[in-house]
Amino acid sequence: MKSKFLAGPYIAWMAIFTVVPLAMVAYFAFTDNSGAFTLDNFVNASEYLPIFLRSIWYALAACVICLIVGYPVAYVIARSTVNVQRVLYLLVTLPMCMSFLLRTLALVSLVRDTGIINSFLGIFGIGPLPLIRNSGSVIMGMVYNYLPYMIMPLYTVIVKLDPRLIEAAQDLGCDNVQTFRRVVLPLSVPGIVSGITMVFVPAVSTFYISQKLGATDNIMVGDIIERQFKGSLNRNLGAAMSLILMLLVFVSIGLMNRFADDGEEVATI
Amino acid sequence: MPLSRPALGADAINQKRGRIMSKELIRLVNCRMDFDGETVLDSINIYFNDSEFLTLLGPSGCGKTTTLRIIGGFLQPTSGDVFFDGVRINDVPPHKRRVNTVFQKYALFPHLNVYENIAFGLRIAKVPAKEIDARVTEMLDIVSLRGFEKRKPDQLSGGQQQRVAIARALVNRPKVLLLDEPLGALDLRLRKDMQNELKRIQQQLGITFIYVTHDQEEALAMSDTVVVMDRGRIQQIGTPEGIYNEPKNAFVADFIGESNILDGIMRADYVVEFFGRKFRCLDKGFAKDEPVDVVIRPEDVDIVPADSGHLCGTVTSVTFKGVHYDTIVDFKGFKWLIQTTDLHQPGEYIGIKLTPDDIHVMHKSEYSGMFGDYSSYSAEYDEINDPDAVIGGEETYEEALNNEE
Repeated sequence: MKSKFLAGPYIAWMAIFTVVPLAMVAYFAFTDNSGAFTLDNFVNASEYLPIFLRSIWYALAACVICLIVGYPVAYVIARSTVNVQRVLYLLVTLPMCMSFLLRTLALVSLVRDTGIINSFLGIFGIGPLPLIRNSGSVIMGMVYNYLPYMIMPLYTVIVKLDPRLIEAAQDLGCDNVQTFRRVVLPLSVPGIVSGITMVFVPAVSTFYISQKLGATDNIMVGDIIERQFKGSLNRNLGAAMSLILMLLVFVSIGLMNRFADDGEEVATI
Repeated sequence: MPLSRPALGADAINQKRGRIMSKELIRLVNCRMDFDGETVLDSINIYFNDSEFLTLLGPSGCGKTTTLRIIGGFLQPTSGDVFFDGVRINDVPPHKRRVNTVFQKYALFPHLNVYENIAFGLRIAKVPAKEIDARVTEMLDIVSLRGFEKRKPDQLSGGQQQRVAIARALVNRPKVLLLDEPLGALDLRLRKDMQNELKRIQQQLGITFIYVTHDQEEALAMSDTVVVMDRGRIQQIGTPEGIYNEPKNAFVADFIGESNILDGIMRADYVVEFFGRKFRCLDKGFAKDEPVDVVIRPEDVDIVPADSGHLCGTVTSVTFKGVHYDTIVDFKGFKWLIQTTDLHQPGEYIGIKLTPDDIHVMHKSEYSGMFGDYSSYSAEYDEINDPDAVIGGEETYEEALNNEE
């Protein structure tokens, strides 16, 4: 009874700011301008299928890069002495203290044609390199912004890994690569899953990064949705797309966890 | 009436079981280990024979785990050499050594089931699937875990996890099995069972076991050879009977079993004087009038009426221990522990009788005067009964790891 009482404020918060808005989104998605029931919004939304696919593709690419870049970092941090761990962990999380918008704008000023990097290269007569207004720059922007969300859960899992397990693997004949593949990696799966989830979910629905770092053909679902509510004022279409996006995220997380469970079995073979 | 353990006369001691004579497998030569300027191992020299059950015994921090980790390849000695089958292996990494380890707290792979844990080493060695199955099944039989193949380690009891750890190591048919306090986490009953089990497995497979423990009873019960260590040095190597009956110094006498250790003077060969009286003994080869430590085991002492005793004293306390009574007797301020099956009430004035083979004489050592007086009897007993009691510094696993550089 008491615990329910303590959760009261959050339940109220959820009701006002999550459940009600969700219901409104659903309402708009299934109605037209006059408030009559319709499925047209979903039909119209399907015209944006290529953009949905692009968003997923960008988000997946960002996930993979974050994982490849983040795993070794997390591993090194987790295997350092406690004091070094604290400093490195702080360095990883430090960018998160800076506003997301500011970080993205800063990145723009770094990579644009007249930006810091290209100006510097220009001194040597190189460039300007196409560091902006393409899919690569959008993905880079996502990696740049979401990398800490990958490193943190990986670190949490790896730091708890019993060093005796690594010794046991070596004792049983594993060289370093085998030790990693058969023991360290399978035991990091929970961290990998939550890391990917924490990067994929915000990445697939992001909107600002693609506007600032991408060209017009790098627009993502988030941008389209934003436009429906701000620009052309077709909030019914926007609501329908939001619902679809939400469904997509749920399915992805579901697949992910399924994969994680199988992963443990696969690792045994 | 003294306890029924047959007293060993001179002949019996001479005929005592010697060290197993078989091919030498591992040898440590002048192995020294320093961690942060502190010497953990002080120039150890020791060899390990084929098919031998050898126990490294000592209090925490004595260097026994360090020695084991050097053999396993997880530590490189600061100086000195490690030989395996005559080949120097200082630089050989663990995965290339024909040695397997049963780790403290087992270190089973939590993501693998029992079967795959045991099969792990064979899969790495790319053994054909059919053979893996046969060997894993054989191991499951040996450790009595058939039917548990599909369980994950966290679904097993401590004793079962222990047996998986042993099977996982043995399935690779190592030349040598290293066991680092493998029974430390088990309760007393299970420990006793597993001691028998381990001894049986060792004899059945004929593999060399190098066993680390701080439990002297365990060491005596299981080993062919016991190596007593303290302060990074080997104090004595011998058979269980050998180190029990003829401890080399006060540390060994105190650490292995119970001992009354008295100051004495060796008056001549076979004659030692203590408490102002001369006693016949079986020891010789000491300098004339050399100060010595005299060990008298509590179970060897005969309590007799005061008027017929060699020494007389007053009983100060009695504790019932099941098979016997621990009787503390005050002899002129020095308190002895005497174990008898007869009850003598506190306050009773009694005498004791000593025969020559009840007396063991040792040279004085750095440990003289530190042990063997039962004035603080109760405290001492608690310490001995507590398996986790720490004598000297505690070297934890983590420290050992951090010290690896």
